[in-house]
Amino acid sequence: MAPSVVLVTGVAGQLGGELAARLAADPAIERVLGVDTTPPSRDMRRRMGRAEFVRVDIRNPLIGKVISTAKVDTVVHASLSGHPSAAGGRSMMMEMNVIGTMQLLAACQKSDTVGRLVVRSTTSVYGASPRDPATFTETTEPKALPPGGYAKDAVEIEGYVRSFSRRRPDIPVTTLRFVNLIGPRADTAFAHYFSLPVVPVVLGYDARVQLLHAEDAVAVLERATREELPGVFNVGADGVLMLSQAVRRAGRVTLPIPEPLVPWVGRITRRARLVDFSPEQMRLLNYGRVVDTTKLKTEFGFEPRWTTAQAFDDFVAGRALRPMLDTDRYVDVAESLALRALHALPGQGAAPPAEREPAAIETRNTPALTPVR
Amino acid sequence: MRMTDVTERNGMGDAEVIPLRGAGGRPRPRPTPRRRGVVGAQPPGEPAGGTGASGTDGGIVDEQGAPGGEVATIPAGPLAPSQPSELEAAVSEVVDFLRRRLAGRYSVDEFGFDPDLNENVILPVLRPLYERWFRVETIGVENVPAHGGALLVANHSGTLPLDALMTVVATHDDLPTPRNLRMLAADLVFGMPGFGAVARKAGHTLACNPDAEKLLGSGELVGVWPEGFKGIGKAYADRYKLQRFGRGGFVSAALRTGVPIIPCSIVGAEEIYPKIGDLGPIARLLGVPYFPITPTWPLLGPLGLVPLPSKWYIEFGEPIRTDEFEPGAADDPMLVFNLTDQVRENIQQTLYRLLSGRRNAFLG
Repeated sequence: MAPSVVLVTGVAGQLGGELAARLAADPAIERVLGVDTTPPSRDMRRRMGRAEFVRVDIRNPLIGKVISTAKVDTVVHASLSGHPSAAGGRSMMMEMNVIGTMQLLAACQKSDTVGRLVVRSTTSVYGASPRDPATFTETTEPKALPPGGYAKDAVEIEGYVRSFSRRRPDIPVTTLRFVNLIGPRADTAFAHYFSLPVVPVVLGYDARVQLLHAEDAVAVLERATREELPGVFNVGADGVLMLSQAVRRAGRVTLPIPEPLVPWVGRITRRARLVDFSPEQMRLLNYGRVVDTTKLKTEFGFEPRWTTAQAFDDFVAGRALRPMLDTDRYVDVAESLALRALHALPGQGAAPPAEREPAAIETRNTPALTPVR
Repeated sequence: MRMTDVTERNGMGDAEVIPLRGAGGRPRPRPTPRRRGVVGAQPPGEPAGGTGASGTDGGIVDEQGAPGGEVATIPAGPLAPSQPSELEAAVSEVVDFLRRRLAGRYSVDEFGFDPDLNENVILPVLRPLYERWFRVETIGVENVPAHGGALLVANHSGTLPLDALMTVVATHDDLPTPRNLRMLAADLVFGMPGFGAVARKAGHTLACNPDAEKLLGSGELVGVWPEGFKGIGKAYADRYKLQRFGRGGFVSAALRTGVPIIPCSIVGAEEIYPKIGDLGPIARLLGVPYFPITPTWPLLGPLGLVPLPSKWYIEFGEPIRTDEFEPGAADDPMLVFNLTDQVRENIQQTLYRLLSGRRNAFLG
């Protein structure tokens, strides 16, 4: 069944908005309804074209009326939010995430037009602990259930989705567990985190980071909307970056923080509106999380276009992040000093370093802070 | 004429190299001045021959004489820096490594294994301990397959897992084709700040079946110490007595992936920190399985952390094939237990044999 009337929740968010824009660009789809509590940005509205925006709170039973009057046949629930501050506080975020999902599912259950449901979830449902295997498959039982926040919301949402599919086994449900998204325009906690000039990390830990390019994320959602691919899928790019490696690639400087102070620093960055990391996301910085995407590639039939490293580099280039420290230059200076010392040893000709050293220094043309010579 | 020219070059080249204490150049310093004298003496003879052949063309004679003089200096260019270039190469290697690290231009696998760091930092740190301190001797390296998945099963001892680290060096340095041993370690390691991060970068992962099967399935050499804390933390009085081999999880992982099991017996690790006591309450306080007392620890403070320099032997036994069993054998507990016992017996017998051949724990 090809979708003809699609309802997308969370269109004010980037993922929902991009999806609505792509679906609206396809004439085969009759109507695209975008739902959110706040209207999308002007730029997003322009790109969404003929998609209709319905300003409705999904916690309100009104959503059922929207679904029935528009004869919606495909529902894409993409409004899962991990930004407590954007949602208006942690309890409001939970309300929107969990109660909103319950209402939406109730409306879908009543509807006799809805024939497909796509739910955006997160790999946070696996938690992060030192006792977990290196990679999570869709069936891995997490050793440490997420204690609260965004991840707990996602666990509860998935629970409601499972009971929904028990009650309506005729509606195929696709649950997509996304890793952290990144990209030149991605407005995610991770993007803010890596844009900090000095990036706080947990002392003595180096997490494995798996990312997904935001455009791949939209493409996955689009495919799930168009094709009937029921099941739970991990969605992430190939390859892994270490947190320290990613920070270096972005030209940032790490600030190792002793573990007991981490929640405290998290609170400060949250208050200062720098990075909206919830405490359970901070745990990710300790142990990291990598998911197995074999099922995505084989059963779902999607190959991410960007690897984790490519997606991250695209983000760095797109944001035009400038290196904080000109480390290359330090290395050059160290090299020329070492070579000079080498040639100052008895019995060494002094000519080669004189040739090499200025060349090494002149080739530097990075516009960043100039270190003391 | 040309022949003499060549000797001139060599002579001059060596003369320039001498101050750098070249390996084979020691007896030469004295003959070279004499050769130099010959070099100086030769050109006059050379033009003499030249004039004899080409007649009155004096210009050529002069030119030939002049290059002869230059030849003496030119080889000093390519030859003399050949020695410093070794040091220079070392510097540029280090600089390249630093550049790579600082720019984040290296790759890690999904377990967090960082081959670049392992090769350039972790192994070089372990090597002196392996070569000089424990003077590890490996036996039966031909039993470790050069490629493809294999499960190395070894006895555990020594209070701190130095035996595991030395096995990593052994499988890298002493095999005909170096391999990276991917160890399965306790969750305690990965929860510890510092250690967990380094262990991941060195390629090790949590001892659990999904990880073991994933590594074995992708053709890695996986190391497991099934005795766990019972083995590594046993009292010195129980040395070389194998403890229970876990619950046979490693055997079922090998059976599922059909890779050979290589029994590995390590002699010498028991003596590095002879554990003569255990402070249980402190261990519980620190959240570790035991807090050892050795003759030097905690008596001598940090000095007690220096391992005793025992002489080590690491023997790789003949591989035990697991691909001949029927599919589903991994779910047959009796078969798994029997195979576990077989591996354990094999290692225990090898340990006894190695021990009976050893006269002294420190001299070998």
